[in-house]
Amino acid sequence: MTHLLFLIPVALGLGALGLAAFFWSLKNGQYDDLDGAAVRILDDGEDDIEPENRK
Amino acid sequence: MTSATLTLGPKGAGSGQTGPIHDPAEEQIIDSSQKRDDGMWQTEFVVPGMHCAGCMGKLERGLGSLGHVASARANLSTRSVTVTWDKEAGEAASLSEKIAALGFDHFVRDDNDAPNDQATQTGKLLLRSLAVAGFAAANVMLLSVSVWSGADAETAQLFHLISGLIAIPAVAYAGRPFFNSAIKALSARQLNMDVPISLAVLLALAMSLFESVRGGQEAYFDAAVTLLFFLLIGRYLDHLMREKARDAVTRLSRLTAKGAMRLGPDGRTQYVALQDIESGMTLRIQPGERLPVNGRITTGTTEVDRSLVTGESDPIERGPGDELEAGILNIAGSIDIEATSSAQNSFLAEMAEMMKTAENGRGRYVGIADRMARIYAPAVHLLALVTFIGWMIASGGDWHMSIYTAIAVLIITCPCALGLAVPVVHVVGAQQLMKHGILIRDGSAFERLSEVDTVIFDKTGTLTMGVPTVSKASLNDDAPLPAIKALASRSVHPAAKAVSAYLADTIEDTATDVRELPGYGVEGRIGGKLARFGKQAWVAEISDDNNGQGNSAIGFAIEAGPMARFSLTDRIRDGAGATIDKFAAMGLPAEILSGDHNNIVTGTARELSISQYAANTTPAGKIERVRTLQEQGRKVLMVGDGLNDAPALAEAHAAIAPGTGCDIGRYAADFVFTHPDLRSVSSAYEIARKTGILIRQNFAIALIYNSIAVPLAMAGLVTPLIAAIAMSTSSIVVIANALRLSGTGDWKKADERAAGPSPSSGSSIPKLLHQAG
Repeated sequence: MTHLLFLIPVALGLGALGLAAFFWSLKNGQYDDLDGAAVRILDDGEDDIEPENRK
Repeated sequence: MTSATLTLGPKGAGSGQTGPIHDPAEEQIIDSSQKRDDGMWQTEFVVPGMHCAGCMGKLERGLGSLGHVASARANLSTRSVTVTWDKEAGEAASLSEKIAALGFDHFVRDDNDAPNDQATQTGKLLLRSLAVAGFAAANVMLLSVSVWSGADAETAQLFHLISGLIAIPAVAYAGRPFFNSAIKALSARQLNMDVPISLAVLLALAMSLFESVRGGQEAYFDAAVTLLFFLLIGRYLDHLMREKARDAVTRLSRLTAKGAMRLGPDGRTQYVALQDIESGMTLRIQPGERLPVNGRITTGTTEVDRSLVTGESDPIERGPGDELEAGILNIAGSIDIEATSSAQNSFLAEMAEMMKTAENGRGRYVGIADRMARIYAPAVHLLALVTFIGWMIASGGDWHMSIYTAIAVLIITCPCALGLAVPVVHVVGAQQLMKHGILIRDGSAFERLSEVDTVIFDKTGTLTMGVPTVSKASLNDDAPLPAIKALASRSVHPAAKAVSAYLADTIEDTATDVRELPGYGVEGRIGGKLARFGKQAWVAEISDDNNGQGNSAIGFAIEAGPMARFSLTDRIRDGAGATIDKFAAMGLPAEILSGDHNNIVTGTARELSISQYAANTTPAGKIERVRTLQEQGRKVLMVGDGLNDAPALAEAHAAIAPGTGCDIGRYAADFVFTHPDLRSVSSAYEIARKTGILIRQNFAIALIYNSIAVPLAMAGLVTPLIAAIAMSTSSIVVIANALRLSGTGDWKKADERAAGPSPSSGSSIPKLLHQAG
């Protein structure tokens, strides 16, 4: 039963690590713009503002 | 004469449905900006037209190219862009100008939107609580499984203690939303669902702690945290739904002008915000703008559209000395008005006052979840008490045994499924509505809408589109379509817009010397010859065709040439007939209450085969009719868009407004539909009906579960294992049942199959905002 003594803290520690990571990402604003993140990857950032593209 | 050419740019004709947007002025931007600790200023602009990666990149790079901008970050979810800039190095107005130059309508997010931040905070708190509860539930459950699978007594005790160490701080953190709400209810001497939830969780924790310390075999830590976890899921979904709906409604309303151009004594114009307008000020109202306050025309003649205010669909001519109410749309010429009221006592404010009294009634409506809680919570507590007394007698005064069983009853009856039953169905229902472009403002609206038995429609703007369209065109084969369009496209008058839309495929000619004569039409030179577009009698003056009969018809002629005629009608909204038929088939009588003239209303009623209708109805008359019906025990669904409908919308049991209506109407309604098709209304009703049925089924499932589990618990046969299984299964069944809602009220699917893919609901709002008014 002695292995439980370190296995349980390890398991809990890993879980807590995940929780901390989630809190960090929440505070960091990772969830502020879920829609934007999905489309940002499609923008190659090269085209400059062309007059004919103006709406 | 008024220089109509000034207002003929694409902006005047193409911006939102309720008038052009004013670029925020320098002070207004500074007021709404925040100074950061490092000396930079931060401003958030809401840009409703941003909808793709290209727009985001364009805004970020465009703003970033300004010398005084440190960073610009676009956010697609909130459709806003946050700019960090140096006040020493440049002006705030240049930010706004840049966004406008990039082609986006926008406004500054200001203090009025502050509640939004609070809502975001609530959302984050719920999400954090959910994460903590999830972490605790997973770990405690793992430990519990090993206990259930037969750990020896010492290991079990160790595991229980570890579980307790995880569960107690987790509950203290993640349980706050429930504890706070329960305390609030108790201090108001009421019982809501959160009272038994909090009680069960706390008692379960206390008992389990006591048991584990004295080496008992059974602890309910897992039940307590999983319960919180499941309930937090429901809470968070509920929160998300509200946020999304409210954001969309706010976005719709913020696009309307919240002020006017003031004409100073020195002849210069200056922007004044709505709340700063005072009686006696002279305001310049351009075509396409709405009157912010009541006023009297001092100079200029024009035609005004009173449809949102009175329901009248035909434009009316107004000249110097005439009184106009706030909310009226100026459609023909630029006018100067002398404000006769401030914003606080204008016609708009009167309507708002009428609505306030009406809305109190609806506020008293108690949602089904709360009604259940009122029965359920005392029943649960009574059962626990009966169990305790029963066991005290049966066991001859065994305190420990009796309390233990009573707490087990509390845990097993804890409304896990009940707590999920309503929010999950609401969320799935709201999603279903959004697919159809319908926004819901409040969860309880589903229940109220599902109960209605009478439907009242407003006419102008609801049953009809509220804007005229060409119904008949008498054109010669050689009619100069490009020339007609050249003049028609230069005016924001609804008739001109209708003809422009009718000639959508035509490429326009170049016209010179174009000017708009309010009350008559547009005049200009095409190929050197005089051409007129407007009232038939006026056009006939230059035409070889002298027959200028008919008032609502529009003509066009080039000097000494034949006349082309267009007849206009306020077209019945798509799907209006189908909607009325559907309501009739479901046994709901429909009525029309309109402020328009009798013969027009009669025509519409006949076309839609509605037998009950009333014309020339005032706002007070509408609210009176709704009240009379409701006093007879009927439950009324009011569908309307105008200012004159707003009090009736607020009074009715449930209310639906089109997204093109006025602000105040949208705020009074429970549902806002952004799709032009009226079938949205019957879809909303069907979805609400189905939602109601599912909620009842979910309650039934929860009750069946209880009727099996409670006797077991009272008999003292429930173990933590049974509790965990029973709780999870009932939650899963309830969620699965809610998911059956998808696919309800789907008239669009059939249409789509015929017409190809249509834009998703996500883009329907920006699309609506973009369409010319």
